Amino acid sequence: MTNKEALFNYCLRLGDNNLILGHRLSEWTGRGPMLEEEMALCNIALDLLGQANSFLQYAAKVEAKGRSEDDLAYLRNDREFFNTLLAEHPNGDYAFTIMRQFLMSAFDFYFYDELKKSSDETLAGIAAKAHKEITYHLRHSSNWAERLGDGTEESHSRIQNALDELWRFTAELFEMNEVDGLLLKEKISVDLKSIKPKWEKLVNEVLQRATLKIPVNTFMQRGSRDGKHTEHLGYLLAEMQHLHRTHPGVQW
Amino acid sequence: MNTDVKYSRKEILNLLSEIPDPEIPVINIHELGVLRDVIVNEKEVEIIITPTYSGCPAMKQIENDIVSKLKENGIENVKVKSIFSPAWTTDWITDEAKEKLRKFGIAPPTQRKVKCPHCNSENTEVISQFGSTACKALYRCNDCKEPFDYFKCH
Repeated sequence: MTNKEALFNYCLRLGDNNLILGHRLSEWTGRGPMLEEEMALCNIALDLLGQANSFLQYAAKVEAKGRSEDDLAYLRNDREFFNTLLAEHPNGDYAFTIMRQFLMSAFDFYFYDELKKSSDETLAGIAAKAHKEITYHLRHSSNWAERLGDGTEESHSRIQNALDELWRFTAELFEMNEVDGLLLKEKISVDLKSIKPKWEKLVNEVLQRATLKIPVNTFMQRGSRDGKHTEHLGYLLAEMQHLHRTHPGVQW
Repeated sequence: MNTDVKYSRKEILNLLSEIPDPEIPVINIHELGVLRDVIVNEKEVEIIITPTYSGCPAMKQIENDIVSKLKENGIENVKVKSIFSPAWTTDWITDEAKEKLRKFGIAPPTQRKVKCPHCNSENTEVISQFGSTACKALYRCNDCKEPFDYFKCH
């Protein structure tokens, strides 16, 4: 693998994370539990989509094969996507969405804080912008995680179920492969080992306040770094890519 | 194509300062800090802008507005370049523009307590961190009871 290929893959990983999670959140449009929350999730989705756009645009530039960010979003198959498995999980109930969002936002918060220091100016620039936005996302999801966890018996059990279900996908957030190795040497990428303790500390604090228990000895699922996904991604892509694939080259 | 640019950098900045923000029309893109610079070359005019938010839908509109504004004034060769670094910050919004926001009913970004733009009370509370657009949060004044938008610090 060349450094250019590694950078391309890295940009896809970051773009895909935001694109797929943003798409999931936008599925709440018109179905939010209350107006303010629907606006919140749509706003967060919009931020993520914007970040995805920036990363995929850069990926296209790095690849330099004439593909655009739209081609990358709409014309790749599931095995060519590198978003984490956590991001692609279906929304479930509101507690499930909040827990997924909290775990991802907490990761993104520390991740982008580090990526701001990247020797790659484009990545550093996008990260600086993204970090400000993620700060609000994290505040939103951690407030809700606490409120639901420390809420009624019903809300507590729902968000505890979400945590039990999603925890097995968290180790993958910190998994590094050849791509990370090559880019770390040039100080382009983030050393995920360095942000793991910060993430754990924050997640523990919030979950403790939320009176939630982290499952122990859970099997940890992996695969997305190699393009291996859950069954959910195919359905998501089918919906997301439908228009573009039906009308190739369609423009608004 | 020869553009024979007739305008100076300052004149172009003034022209572009007439473009309002598509979502908050009381302030223009220069006051908002989106319009960063104008570079006049022999061949073209390059406009440097910085997006306020990654997914801000107004950015495309702003780009189009810039191109058509210059076209109206006979400047055809225009390149609009988005730069991310340094990241846009609400600190770039001028004091005059903050006052315009307040008069328009939007509490301007502040590090201190958010004040009600209607009655100036500091007895306010957040209803939602996310308002009608990505840049705003929804607040309520506990004194005059009016809900209002707050332009979030970024």
